[in-house]
Amino acid sequence: MTQTANPALHKVAVFTACWTLFLLVAGALVTSNDAGLAVPDWPLSYGSLTPPMVGGIFYEHGHRMVATVTGILTIILAVWISRREPRAWMRRLGWAALGAVIAQGILGGITVKFFLPPWVSIAHAALAQMFFCSVVAIAVFTSPWWQSELTVLRYSAHPPVRERAVAATIAIFIQLLLGAAYRHHAFGMLPHLVGAAIVPFFVLPAASSTRDRLFDSAEGLSRCGTMLKHLLYIQLALGGAALWSRLATQHAPQPMPVMIFFTVAHTAVGALTLAAAVLLVLVSYRVLSPVQPHEAIASQREMAGQESGAM
Amino acid sequence: MKARSLYAVLAFALAFSVAACGSKETAKEEKAAPPAAVASAPVDPATAGTITGTVKLDGAAPKAQRIRMDAEPTCAKTHTTPVMDEEYVVGDKGALANVVVYVKDGLGNRTFDTPKEAVVLDQNGCMYVPHVIAVQVNQPVEIVNSDPTTHNVHPVPANNKEWNKSQPPKAEKITETFAREEIAVPVKCNVHPWMKSYIAVLKHPYFKVTGKDGKFEIKNLPPGDYTLVAWHGVLGPSEDKKVTIGAKETKSVEFTFKPQ
Repeated sequence: MTQTANPALHKVAVFTACWTLFLLVAGALVTSNDAGLAVPDWPLSYGSLTPPMVGGIFYEHGHRMVATVTGILTIILAVWISRREPRAWMRRLGWAALGAVIAQGILGGITVKFFLPPWVSIAHAALAQMFFCSVVAIAVFTSPWWQSELTVLRYSAHPPVRERAVAATIAIFIQLLLGAAYRHHAFGMLPHLVGAAIVPFFVLPAASSTRDRLFDSAEGLSRCGTMLKHLLYIQLALGGAALWSRLATQHAPQPMPVMIFFTVAHTAVGALTLAAAVLLVLVSYRVLSPVQPHEAIASQREMAGQESGAM
Repeated sequence: MKARSLYAVLAFALAFSVAACGSKETAKEEKAAPPAAVASAPVDPATAGTITGTVKLDGAAPKAQRIRMDAEPTCAKTHTTPVMDEEYVVGDKGALANVVVYVKDGLGNRTFDTPKEAVVLDQNGCMYVPHVIAVQVNQPVEIVNSDPTTHNVHPVPANNKEWNKSQPPKAEKITETFAREEIAVPVKCNVHPWMKSYIAVLKHPYFKVTGKDGKFEIKNLPPGDYTLVAWHGVLGPSEDKKVTIGAKETKSVEFTFKPQ
Protein backbone atom coordinates (compact mmCIF):
# COMPACT_ATOMS: atom_id res chain seq x y z
CA MET A 1 0.00 0.00 0.00
CA THR A 2 2.83 2.38 0.79
CA GLN A 3 3.56 4.67 -2.13
CA THR A 4 4.39 8.28 -2.75
CA ALA A 5 1.30 10.41 -2.38
CA ASN A 6 0.75 13.34 -4.71
CA PRO A 7 -0.25 16.24 -2.39
CA ALA A 8 -1.31 18.51 -5.27
CA LEU A 9 -3.62 15.84 -6.71
CA HIS A 10 -5.07 15.25 -3.25
CA LYS A 11 -5.71 18.99 -2.79
CA VAL A 12 -7.53 19.17 -6.13
CA ALA A 13 -9.60 16.11 -5.17
CA VAL A 14 -10.54 17.69 -1.81
CA PHE A 15 -11.42 20.95 -3.55
CA THR A 16 -13.55 19.05 -6.09
CA ALA A 17 -15.38 17.27 -3.24
CA CYS A 18 -16.08 20.62 -1.51
CA TRP A 19 -17.19 22.16 -4.82
CA THR A 20 -19.49 19.19 -5.42
CA LEU A 21 -21.14 19.80 -2.04
CA PHE A 22 -21.64 23.40 -3.16
CA LEU A 23 -23.19 22.03 -6.37
CA LEU A 24 -25.58 19.88 -4.31
CA VAL A 25 -26.61 22.98 -2.36
CA ALA A 26 -27.15 24.88 -5.63
CA GLY A 27 -29.28 21.99 -6.94
CA ALA A 28 -31.32 21.88 -3.73
CA LEU A 29 -31.91 25.65 -4.05
CA VAL A 30 -33.31 25.11 -7.56
CA THR A 31 -35.83 22.53 -6.31
CA SER A 32 -36.80 24.47 -3.19
CA ASN A 33 -37.34 27.67 -5.17
CA ASP A 34 -39.41 25.75 -7.76
CA ALA A 35 -36.98 27.13 -10.33
CA GLY A 36 -36.23 23.92 -12.23
CA LEU A 37 -38.01 25.22 -15.32
CA ALA A 38 -37.19 28.91 -14.94
CA VAL A 39 -34.86 28.43 -17.91
CA PRO A 40 -36.87 26.66 -20.62
CA ASP A 41 -33.91 25.82 -22.89
CA TRP A 42 -30.84 23.61 -22.45
CA PRO A 43 -27.83 23.50 -22.71
CA LEU A 44 -27.91 27.28 -23.25
CA SER A 45 -29.97 29.51 -20.98
CA TYR A 46 -32.31 31.85 -22.87
CA GLY A 47 -30.12 31.15 -25.88
CA SER A 48 -26.98 32.46 -24.21
CA LEU A 49 -24.37 31.80 -21.56
CA THR A 50 -25.28 35.01 -19.73
CA PRO A 51 -29.05 35.20 -19.26
CA PRO A 52 -30.65 37.85 -17.02
CA MET A 53 -29.97 36.55 -13.52
CA VAL A 54 -33.39 37.37 -12.10
CA GLY A 55 -35.73 35.32 -9.91
CA GLY A 56 -35.62 31.59 -10.59
CA ILE A 57 -33.16 32.08 -13.49
CA PHE A 58 -30.50 32.97 -10.89
CA TYR A 59 -30.91 29.56 -9.22
CA GLU A 60 -31.26 27.45 -12.38
CA HIS A 61 -28.51 29.11 -14.42
CA GLY A 62 -26.34 29.40 -11.29
CA HIS A 63 -26.72 25.63 -10.80
CA ARG A 64 -25.68 25.05 -14.41
CA MET A 65 -22.58 27.23 -13.99
CA VAL A 66 -21.53 25.51 -10.76
CA ALA A 67 -22.12 22.15 -12.50
CA THR A 68 -19.94 23.23 -15.44
CA VAL A 69 -17.06 24.00 -13.07
CA THR A 70 -17.61 20.60 -11.41
CA GLY A 71 -17.36 18.98 -14.83
CA ILE A 72 -14.10 20.80 -15.58
CA LEU A 73 -12.65 19.85 -12.19
CA THR A 74 -13.63 16.21 -12.76
CA ILE A 75 -11.99 16.18 -16.19
CA ILE A 76 -8.80 17.55 -14.60
CA LEU A 77 -8.97 14.89 -11.87
CA ALA A 78 -9.66 12.01 -14.26
CA VAL A 79 -6.88 12.98 -16.68
CA TRP A 80 -4.41 13.67 -13.87
CA ILE A 81 -5.18 10.35 -12.18
CA SER A 82 -4.94 8.44 -15.46
CA ARG A 83 -1.48 9.92 -16.16
CA ARG A 84 0.08 9.82 -12.69
CA GLU A 85 -1.72 7.18 -10.67
CA PRO A 86 -0.06 3.75 -10.53
CA ARG A 87 -3.15 2.05 -9.06
CA ALA A 88 -5.27 0.75 -11.96
CA TRP A 89 -8.48 0.74 -9.90
CA MET A 90 -7.91 4.42 -9.10
CA ARG A 91 -7.65 5.20 -12.80
CA ARG A 92 -10.93 3.38 -13.33
CA LEU A 93 -12.52 5.31 -10.46
CA GLY A 94 -11.39 8.61 -12.01
CA TRP A 95 -13.01 7.72 -15.35
CA ALA A 96 -16.13 6.44 -13.55
CA ALA A 97 -16.48 9.81 -11.80
CA LEU A 98 -16.13 11.59 -15.15
CA GLY A 99 -18.76 9.27 -16.68
CA ALA A 100 -21.07 10.01 -13.76
CA VAL A 101 -20.72 13.78 -14.12
CA ILE A 102 -21.41 13.58 -17.88
CA ALA A 103 -24.47 11.37 -17.29
CA GLN A 104 -25.56 13.79 -14.59
CA GLY A 105 -25.39 16.72 -17.01
CA ILE A 106 -27.47 14.80 -19.56
CA LEU A 107 -30.04 13.87 -16.90
CA GLY A 108 -30.22 17.54 -15.94
CA GLY A 109 -30.92 18.39 -19.57
CA ILE A 110 -33.65 15.75 -19.78
CA THR A 111 -35.35 17.19 -16.69
CA VAL A 112 -35.57 20.58 -18.44
CA LYS A 113 -36.59 19.25 -21.86
CA PHE A 114 -39.28 16.98 -20.45
CA PHE A 115 -40.63 19.24 -17.69
CA LEU A 116 -39.17 17.52 -14.64
CA PRO A 117 -40.42 13.93 -15.00
CA PRO A 118 -40.28 12.65 -11.39
CA TRP A 119 -38.20 9.53 -12.07
CA VAL A 120 -35.62 11.43 -14.08
CA SER A 121 -35.41 14.09 -11.37
CA ILE A 122 -34.98 11.35 -8.74
CA ALA A 123 -32.27 9.71 -10.86
CA HIS A 124 -30.58 13.14 -11.14
CA ALA A 125 -30.68 13.50 -7.35
CA ALA A 126 -29.45 9.93 -6.76
CA LEU A 127 -26.60 10.20 -9.23
CA ALA A 128 -25.60 13.50 -7.61
CA GLN A 129 -25.14 11.69 -4.29
CA MET A 130 -23.21 8.85 -5.93
CA PHE A 131 -20.96 11.29 -7.75
CA PHE A 132 -20.31 13.20 -4.53
CA CYS A 133 -19.36 9.95 -2.78
CA SER A 134 -17.06 8.94 -5.64
CA VAL A 135 -15.23 12.29 -5.43
CA VAL A 136 -14.96 11.98 -1.64
CA ALA A 137 -13.52 8.49 -2.17
CA ILE A 138 -10.97 9.86 -4.65
CA ALA A 139 -9.99 12.49 -2.09
CA VAL A 140 -9.52 9.75 0.54
CA PHE A 141 -7.59 7.42 -1.76
CA THR A 142 -5.21 10.19 -2.86
CA SER A 143 -4.53 11.31 0.72
CA PRO A 144 -1.08 10.78 2.23
CA TRP A 145 -2.80 9.05 5.19
CA TRP A 146 -4.40 6.39 3.00
CA GLN A 147 -1.12 5.75 1.18
CA SER A 148 1.02 5.66 4.32
CA GLU A 149 2.18 2.54 6.14
CA LEU A 150 -0.82 1.98 8.39
CA THR A 151 -1.08 -0.73 11.00
CA VAL A 152 -3.86 -3.06 9.94
CA LEU A 153 -5.66 -4.42 12.96
CA ARG A 154 -6.53 -8.11 12.86
CA TYR A 155 -9.71 -8.82 14.78
CA SER A 156 -12.20 -11.61 15.23
CA ALA A 157 -14.86 -10.07 12.95
CA HIS A 158 -16.95 -9.12 15.97
CA PRO A 159 -18.38 -6.55 16.30
CA PRO A 160 -18.97 -6.63 12.53
CA VAL A 161 -18.11 -2.96 12.07
CA ARG A 162 -17.39 -3.23 8.33
CA GLU A 163 -20.70 -4.94 7.59
CA ARG A 164 -22.56 -2.47 9.79
CA ALA A 165 -20.93 0.45 8.00
CA VAL A 166 -21.99 -0.96 4.63
CA ALA A 167 -25.56 -1.53 5.88
CA ALA A 168 -25.69 2.03 7.25
CA THR A 169 -24.49 3.39 3.90
CA ILE A 170 -27.18 1.49 2.00
CA ALA A 171 -29.87 2.58 4.49
CA ILE A 172 -28.85 6.26 4.20
CA PHE A 173 -28.77 6.06 0.40
CA ILE A 174 -32.28 4.55 0.28
CA GLN A 175 -33.45 7.27 2.66
CA LEU A 176 -31.97 9.93 0.36
CA LEU A 177 -33.84 8.34 -2.56
CA LEU A 178 -37.09 8.50 -0.59
CA GLY A 179 -36.39 12.14 0.21
CA ALA A 180 -35.77 12.86 -3.48
CA ALA A 181 -38.97 10.99 -4.38
CA TYR A 182 -40.90 13.23 -2.01
CA ARG A 183 -39.21 16.39 -3.28
CA HIS A 184 -39.97 15.48 -6.88
CA HIS A 185 -43.57 14.44 -6.22
CA ALA A 186 -43.26 10.71 -6.95
CA PHE A 187 -44.31 9.69 -3.40
CA GLY A 188 -45.80 11.40 -0.40
CA MET A 189 -43.77 12.25 2.68
CA LEU A 190 -44.69 9.11 4.66
CA PRO A 191 -42.04 6.74 3.21
CA HIS A 192 -39.34 9.33 3.96
CA LEU A 193 -40.63 9.75 7.54
CA VAL A 194 -40.67 5.96 8.05
CA GLY A 195 -37.14 5.85 6.63
CA ALA A 196 -36.07 8.51 9.13
CA ALA A 197 -37.29 6.26 11.93
CA ILE A 198 -35.45 3.21 10.56
CA VAL A 199 -32.09 4.67 9.50
CA PRO A 200 -30.83 5.26 13.09
CA PHE A 201 -31.14 1.50 13.70
CA PHE A 202 -28.48 1.02 11.04
CA VAL A 203 -26.32 4.07 11.65
CA LEU A 204 -26.04 4.06 15.45
CA PRO A 205 -24.80 0.43 15.79
CA ALA A 206 -22.26 1.09 13.03
CA ALA A 207 -21.07 4.27 14.75
CA SER A 208 -21.01 2.85 18.27
CA SER A 209 -19.16 -0.33 17.26
CA THR A 210 -16.21 1.83 16.16
CA ARG A 211 -15.80 2.85 19.81
CA ASP A 212 -15.22 -0.74 20.91
CA ARG A 213 -11.95 -0.96 22.87
CA LEU A 214 -10.82 -3.60 20.40
CA PHE A 215 -10.38 -0.83 17.86
CA ASP A 216 -8.41 1.60 20.02
CA SER A 217 -5.41 1.16 17.77
CA ALA A 218 -7.42 1.35 14.53
CA GLU A 219 -6.40 4.78 13.33
CA GLY A 220 -9.24 7.17 12.47
CA LEU A 221 -11.99 4.59 12.86
CA SER A 222 -13.69 5.95 15.96
CA ARG A 223 -13.43 9.52 14.62
CA CYS A 224 -15.37 8.43 11.50
CA GLY A 225 -17.98 6.73 13.69
CA THR A 226 -18.36 9.81 15.89
CA MET A 227 -18.67 12.09 12.88
CA LEU A 228 -21.34 9.83 11.35
CA LYS A 229 -23.32 9.74 14.58
CA HIS A 230 -23.23 13.53 15.02
CA LEU A 231 -24.21 14.13 11.41
CA LEU A 232 -27.16 11.77 11.89
CA TYR A 233 -28.36 13.78 14.91
CA ILE A 234 -27.99 17.08 13.02
CA GLN A 235 -29.78 15.57 10.04
CA LEU A 236 -32.71 14.36 12.13
CA ALA A 237 -33.03 17.80 13.75
CA LEU A 238 -32.90 19.50 10.33
CA GLY A 239 -35.49 17.06 8.99
CA GLY A 240 -37.83 18.01 11.83
CA ALA A 241 -37.19 21.70 11.18
CA ALA A 242 -37.77 21.27 7.43
CA LEU A 243 -41.08 19.49 8.12
CA TRP A 244 -42.17 22.20 10.57
CA SER A 245 -41.25 25.01 8.15
CA ARG A 246 -43.13 23.28 5.33
CA LEU A 247 -46.29 22.95 7.41
CA ALA A 248 -45.97 26.49 8.78
CA THR A 249 -45.71 28.03 5.30
CA GLN A 250 -47.95 25.68 3.33
CA HIS A 251 -50.47 28.43 2.50
CA ALA A 252 -47.84 30.97 1.49
CA PRO A 253 -48.08 32.04 -2.16
CA GLN A 254 -44.45 31.16 -2.81
CA PRO A 255 -41.62 29.11 -1.29
CA MET A 256 -40.72 30.95 1.90
CA PRO A 257 -37.09 31.59 2.98
CA VAL A 258 -37.44 29.62 6.23
CA MET A 259 -38.63 26.52 4.35
CA ILE A 260 -35.93 26.93 1.72
CA PHE A 261 -33.22 27.30 4.37
CA PHE A 262 -34.12 24.21 6.39
CA THR A 263 -34.85 22.04 3.35
CA VAL A 264 -31.59 22.93 1.61
CA ALA A 265 -29.63 22.42 4.84
CA HIS A 266 -31.37 19.04 5.29
CA THR A 267 -30.40 18.04 1.74
CA ALA A 268 -26.77 19.14 2.18
CA VAL A 269 -26.33 17.41 5.55
CA GLY A 270 -28.00 14.32 4.08
CA ALA A 271 -25.24 14.22 1.46
CA LEU A 272 -22.60 14.73 4.15
CA THR A 273 -24.10 11.91 6.24
CA LEU A 274 -23.92 9.56 3.26
CA ALA A 275 -20.33 10.66 2.60
CA ALA A 276 -19.46 10.06 6.27
CA ALA A 277 -20.92 6.53 6.05
CA VAL A 278 -18.90 5.87 2.87
CA LEU A 279 -15.81 7.20 4.66
CA LEU A 280 -16.46 4.82 7.55
CA VAL A 281 -16.70 1.91 5.10
CA LEU A 282 -13.43 2.91 3.41
CA VAL A 283 -11.54 3.45 6.66
CA SER A 284 -12.85 0.23 8.20
CA TYR A 285 -11.68 -1.72 5.17
CA ARG A 286 -8.33 0.08 5.27
CA VAL A 287 -7.45 -0.33 8.94
CA LEU A 288 -9.26 -3.54 9.90
CA SER A 289 -8.78 -7.07 8.73
CA PRO A 290 -11.06 -9.69 10.23
CA VAL A 291 -9.50 -13.03 11.08
CA GLN A 292 -11.06 -15.70 8.89
CA PRO A 293 -12.47 -18.86 10.62
CA HIS A 294 -9.78 -21.13 9.17
CA GLU A 295 -7.09 -18.69 10.36
CA ALA A 296 -8.62 -18.66 13.84
CA ILE A 297 -8.59 -22.47 13.95
CA ALA A 298 -4.99 -22.56 12.75
CA SER A 299 -4.08 -20.00 15.36
CA GLN A 300 -5.77 -22.02 18.11
CA ARG A 301 -3.95 -25.17 16.96
CA GLU A 302 -0.68 -23.28 16.94
CA MET A 303 -1.30 -22.04 20.46
CA ALA A 304 -2.32 -25.52 21.60
CA GLY A 305 0.88 -26.92 20.02
CA GLN A 306 3.01 -24.34 21.81
CA GLU A 307 1.33 -25.17 25.12
CA SER A 308 1.88 -28.96 24.69
CA GLY A 309 5.50 -28.31 23.61
CA ALA A 310 6.03 -26.25 26.71
CA MET A 311 4.77 -29.10 28.82
CA MET B 1 -9.35 1.41 -21.98
CA LYS B 2 -12.34 -0.88 -21.43
CA ALA B 3 -13.79 1.61 -18.94
CA ARG B 4 -13.41 4.44 -21.48
CA SER B 5 -15.34 2.51 -24.10
CA LEU B 6 -18.00 1.68 -21.53
CA TYR B 7 -18.57 5.33 -20.67
CA ALA B 8 -18.54 6.36 -24.32
CA VAL B 9 -21.29 3.80 -24.94
CA LEU B 10 -23.19 5.03 -21.87
CA ALA B 11 -23.01 8.65 -23.00
CA PHE B 12 -24.14 7.67 -26.50
CA ALA B 13 -27.03 5.62 -25.11
CA LEU B 14 -28.20 8.53 -23.00
CA ALA B 15 -27.93 10.97 -25.88
CA PHE B 16 -29.86 8.51 -28.04
CA SER B 17 -32.58 8.24 -25.39
CA VAL B 18 -32.91 12.03 -25.37
CA ALA B 19 -33.30 12.03 -29.14
CA ALA B 20 -35.75 9.13 -29.02
CA CYS B 21 -37.82 10.82 -26.32
CA GLY B 22 -37.78 13.97 -28.43
CA SER B 23 -39.35 12.16 -31.38
CA LYS B 24 -41.95 10.66 -29.01
CA GLU B 25 -42.93 14.19 -28.01
CA THR B 26 -43.41 15.15 -31.65
CA ALA B 27 -45.61 12.10 -32.15
CA LYS B 28 -47.67 13.11 -29.11
CA GLU B 29 -48.12 16.58 -30.56
CA GLU B 30 -49.31 15.18 -33.87
CA LYS B 31 -51.73 12.87 -32.05
CA ALA B 32 -53.00 15.80 -30.00
CA ALA B 33 -54.25 17.65 -33.10
CA PRO B 34 -57.99 16.99 -33.17
CA PRO B 35 -59.93 16.38 -36.37
CA ALA B 36 -61.67 19.47 -37.70
CA ALA B 37 -65.18 19.38 -36.25
CA VAL B 38 -68.14 20.47 -38.34
CA ALA B 39 -70.23 22.87 -36.32
CA SER B 40 -73.85 21.87 -35.63
CA ALA B 41 -76.71 23.99 -36.83
CA PRO B 42 -76.62 27.40 -35.14
CA VAL B 43 -78.73 27.97 -32.03
CA ASP B 44 -82.00 29.70 -32.86
CA PRO B 45 -81.89 33.10 -31.08
CA ALA B 46 -85.68 33.19 -31.11
CA THR B 47 -85.87 30.28 -28.64
CA ALA B 48 -82.53 30.60 -26.81
CA GLY B 49 -82.57 31.02 -23.06
CA THR B 50 -80.24 32.37 -20.40
CA ILE B 51 -78.87 31.21 -17.08
CA THR B 52 -77.84 33.87 -14.59
CA GLY B 53 -76.70 33.67 -11.02
CA THR B 54 -74.14 34.44 -8.36
CA VAL B 55 -71.33 32.54 -6.78
CA LYS B 56 -70.83 33.14 -3.07
CA LEU B 57 -68.50 32.11 -0.33
CA ASP B 58 -70.34 31.00 2.80
CA GLY B 59 -68.00 32.06 5.60
CA ALA B 60 -64.90 34.13 6.04
CA ALA B 61 -62.22 33.64 3.42
CA PRO B 62 -58.79 32.67 4.70
CA LYS B 63 -56.65 35.75 5.20
CA ALA B 64 -54.87 36.65 1.97
CA GLN B 65 -51.12 36.06 2.15
CA ARG B 66 -48.69 38.77 1.23
CA ILE B 67 -46.56 38.07 -1.82
CA ARG B 68 -42.90 38.89 -1.18
CA MET B 69 -41.33 40.35 -4.29
CA ASP B 70 -38.26 41.69 -2.47
CA ALA B 71 -36.01 39.16 -4.22
CA GLU B 72 -36.83 40.81 -7.56
CA PRO B 73 -36.67 44.62 -7.19
CA THR B 74 -37.98 45.07 -10.75
CA CYS B 75 -41.21 43.39 -9.70
CA ALA B 76 -41.40 45.09 -6.30
CA LYS B 77 -41.03 48.54 -7.92
CA THR B 78 -44.18 48.03 -9.98
CA HIS B 79 -46.33 48.10 -6.83
CA THR B 80 -46.87 50.91 -4.36
CA THR B 81 -48.98 48.84 -1.99
CA PRO B 82 -48.47 45.31 -0.62
CA VAL B 83 -49.45 42.62 -3.09
CA MET B 84 -51.69 39.85 -1.79
CA ASP B 85 -52.34 36.44 -3.28
CA GLU B 86 -55.47 36.00 -5.40
CA GLU B 87 -56.57 32.57 -4.22
CA TYR B 88 -59.75 34.02 -2.67
CA VAL B 89 -61.03 37.29 -4.13
CA VAL B 90 -64.25 38.06 -2.29
CA GLY B 91 -66.54 41.03 -2.90
CA ASP B 92 -69.60 42.32 -1.07
CA LYS B 93 -71.84 39.81 0.69
CA GLY B 94 -69.44 36.96 0.02
CA ALA B 95 -69.47 37.33 -3.78
CA LEU B 96 -66.67 35.11 -5.07
CA ALA B 97 -64.53 36.13 -8.05
CA ASN B 98 -62.40 34.00 -10.38
CA VAL B 99 -64.92 31.16 -10.54
CA VAL B 100 -65.55 29.41 -13.86
CA VAL B 101 -69.24 28.61 -14.23
CA TYR B 102 -69.92 26.29 -17.14
CA VAL B 103 -72.36 23.83 -18.67
CA LYS B 104 -71.05 20.40 -17.84
CA ASP B 105 -73.76 18.37 -19.52
CA GLY B 106 -76.87 18.79 -21.68
CA LEU B 107 -75.49 19.89 -25.03
CA GLY B 108 -75.48 16.40 -26.49
CA ASN B 109 -73.33 16.01 -29.59
CA ARG B 110 -73.59 19.64 -30.56
CA THR B 111 -70.37 21.12 -31.86
CA PHE B 112 -69.45 24.78 -32.00
CA ASP B 113 -67.28 27.02 -34.11
CA THR B 114 -63.97 27.90 -32.54
CA PRO B 115 -63.78 31.64 -31.89
CA LYS B 116 -61.01 33.35 -33.85
CA GLU B 117 -60.56 36.20 -31.37
CA ALA B 118 -57.88 35.56 -28.78
CA VAL B 119 -58.23 35.78 -25.03
CA VAL B 120 -55.37 37.80 -23.53
CA LEU B 121 -53.38 36.77 -20.48
CA ASP B 122 -51.07 39.56 -19.37
CA GLN B 123 -48.05 39.51 -17.09
CA ASN B 124 -48.33 42.81 -15.32
CA GLY B 125 -46.66 43.74 -12.05
CA CYS B 126 -45.25 40.21 -11.99
CA MET B 127 -48.76 38.83 -11.66
CA TYR B 128 -50.88 37.04 -14.23
CA VAL B 129 -53.83 39.27 -15.17
CA PRO B 130 -56.54 38.09 -15.03
CA HIS B 131 -56.06 35.32 -12.50
CA VAL B 132 -58.49 33.02 -14.33
CA ILE B 133 -59.50 32.93 -17.98
CA ALA B 134 -61.69 30.53 -19.93
CA VAL B 135 -61.45 29.67 -23.61
CA GLN B 136 -62.90 27.23 -26.07
CA VAL B 137 -60.87 24.29 -27.34
CA ASN B 138 -58.38 25.58 -29.96
CA GLN B 139 -59.29 29.21 -29.29
CA PRO B 140 -56.10 31.30 -29.32
CA VAL B 141 -54.69 32.49 -26.01
CA GLU B 142 -52.39 35.49 -26.36
CA ILE B 143 -49.84 35.91 -23.60
CA VAL B 144 -48.17 39.30 -23.32
CA ASN B 145 -45.47 40.61 -21.05
CA SER B 146 -46.09 44.17 -19.83
CA ASP B 147 -43.32 43.92 -17.24
CA PRO B 148 -39.77 45.24 -17.48
CA THR B 149 -38.46 41.79 -16.52
CA THR B 150 -38.22 38.31 -18.03
CA HIS B 151 -40.93 35.72 -17.39
CA ASN B 152 -41.40 32.12 -18.39
CA VAL B 153 -44.90 30.98 -19.20
CA HIS B 154 -45.44 27.40 -18.13
CA PRO B 155 -48.86 25.72 -18.27
CA VAL B 156 -48.97 22.42 -16.35
CA PRO B 157 -51.94 20.63 -17.93
CA ALA B 158 -53.25 17.16 -17.17
CA ASN B 159 -54.87 16.51 -20.59
CA ASN B 160 -53.13 18.95 -22.92
CA LYS B 161 -49.58 19.34 -24.16
CA GLU B 162 -47.26 20.90 -21.60
CA TRP B 163 -45.02 23.72 -22.80
CA ASN B 164 -42.67 26.24 -21.29
CA LYS B 165 -41.64 29.43 -23.08
CA SER B 166 -39.57 32.37 -22.02
CA GLN B 167 -40.79 35.90 -22.61
CA PRO B 168 -38.32 38.74 -22.09
CA PRO B 169 -39.56 42.35 -21.69
CA LYS B 170 -41.10 43.78 -24.87
CA ALA B 171 -40.92 40.36 -26.51
CA GLU B 172 -43.54 39.36 -29.04
CA LYS B 173 -46.76 37.93 -27.66
CA ILE B 174 -47.00 34.17 -27.35
CA THR B 175 -50.06 32.70 -29.06
CA GLU B 176 -51.03 29.17 -28.08
CA THR B 177 -54.09 26.95 -28.17
CA PHE B 178 -55.27 24.01 -26.07
CA ALA B 179 -56.57 21.01 -27.99
CA ARG B 180 -58.56 19.24 -25.26
CA GLU B 181 -61.16 20.20 -22.70
CA GLU B 182 -59.60 20.74 -19.27
CA ILE B 183 -60.87 22.60 -16.24
CA ALA B 184 -58.51 24.10 -15.55
CA VAL B 185 -54.89 24.25 -16.71
CA PRO B 186 -52.65 25.80 -14.02
CA VAL B 187 -50.13 28.28 -15.43
CA LYS B 188 -46.89 29.00 -13.59
CA CYS B 189 -43.90 31.27 -13.96
CA ASN B 190 -40.86 29.51 -12.54
CA VAL B 191 -38.86 32.73 -12.58
CA HIS B 192 -41.36 34.23 -10.13
CA PRO B 193 -42.86 31.31 -8.19
CA TRP B 194 -45.76 33.33 -6.77
CA MET B 195 -47.21 33.89 -10.26
CA LYS B 196 -50.16 31.57 -10.83
CA SER B 197 -53.06 31.58 -13.21
CA TYR B 198 -55.64 29.14 -14.55
CA ILE B 199 -56.94 28.62 -18.06
CA ALA B 200 -60.23 26.71 -18.30
CA VAL B 201 -60.64 25.02 -21.70
CA LEU B 202 -64.15 24.01 -22.78
CA LYS B 203 -65.65 22.39 -25.86
CA HIS B 204 -68.49 24.91 -26.08
CA PRO B 205 -69.10 28.62 -25.51
CA TYR B 206 -71.40 28.25 -22.46
CA PHE B 207 -69.18 29.47 -19.65
CA LYS B 208 -68.34 32.62 -17.71
CA VAL B 209 -65.68 33.66 -15.23
CA THR B 210 -67.08 35.62 -12.30
CA GLY B 211 -65.83 39.06 -11.42
CA LYS B 212 -65.73 40.63 -7.98
CA ASP B 213 -69.55 40.83 -7.92
CA GLY B 214 -69.65 37.01 -8.20
CA LYS B 215 -72.24 37.25 -11.00
CA PHE B 216 -72.43 35.28 -14.20
CA GLU B 217 -74.72 35.18 -17.22
CA ILE B 218 -74.67 32.40 -19.78
CA LYS B 219 -76.66 33.41 -22.84
CA ASN B 220 -77.89 31.85 -26.05
CA LEU B 221 -78.59 28.39 -24.64
CA PRO B 222 -80.93 26.19 -26.70
CA PRO B 223 -83.92 24.97 -24.66
CA GLY B 224 -83.08 21.80 -22.76
CA ASP B 225 -81.95 20.16 -19.50
CA TYR B 226 -78.51 21.21 -18.33
CA THR B 227 -76.04 20.41 -15.61
CA LEU B 228 -74.12 23.44 -14.39
CA VAL B 229 -70.90 23.45 -12.38
CA ALA B 230 -68.83 26.20 -10.81
CA TRP B 231 -65.08 25.69 -10.42
CA HIS B 232 -62.69 27.59 -8.16
CA GLY B 233 -58.88 27.38 -8.20
CA VAL B 234 -58.59 26.36 -4.53
CA LEU B 235 -62.01 24.92 -3.82
CA GLY B 236 -62.32 22.83 -6.98
CA PRO B 237 -65.67 22.01 -8.62
CA SER B 238 -69.02 22.63 -6.92
CA GLU B 239 -71.84 20.12 -6.76
CA ASP B 240 -73.77 19.74 -10.02
CA LYS B 241 -76.83 21.98 -10.44
CA LYS B 242 -79.62 20.79 -12.73
CA VAL B 243 -81.45 23.45 -14.72
CA THR B 244 -84.17 23.16 -17.33
CA ILE B 245 -84.39 26.01 -19.81
CA GLY B 246 -87.53 26.53 -21.85
CA ALA B 247 -87.81 28.68 -24.97
CA LYS B 248 -86.66 32.27 -24.27
CA GLU B 249 -86.56 31.46 -20.59
CA THR B 250 -84.11 32.91 -18.05
CA LYS B 251 -83.30 30.85 -14.98
CA SER B 252 -81.24 31.82 -11.96
CA VAL B 253 -78.78 29.49 -10.26
CA GLU B 254 -76.85 30.20 -7.07
CA PHE B 255 -73.59 28.51 -6.14
CA THR B 256 -72.23 28.56 -2.61
CA PHE B 257 -68.76 27.41 -1.62
CA LYS B 258 -67.48 26.78 1.89
CA PRO B 259 -63.97 28.09 2.49
CA GLN B 260 -61.27 25.50 3.21
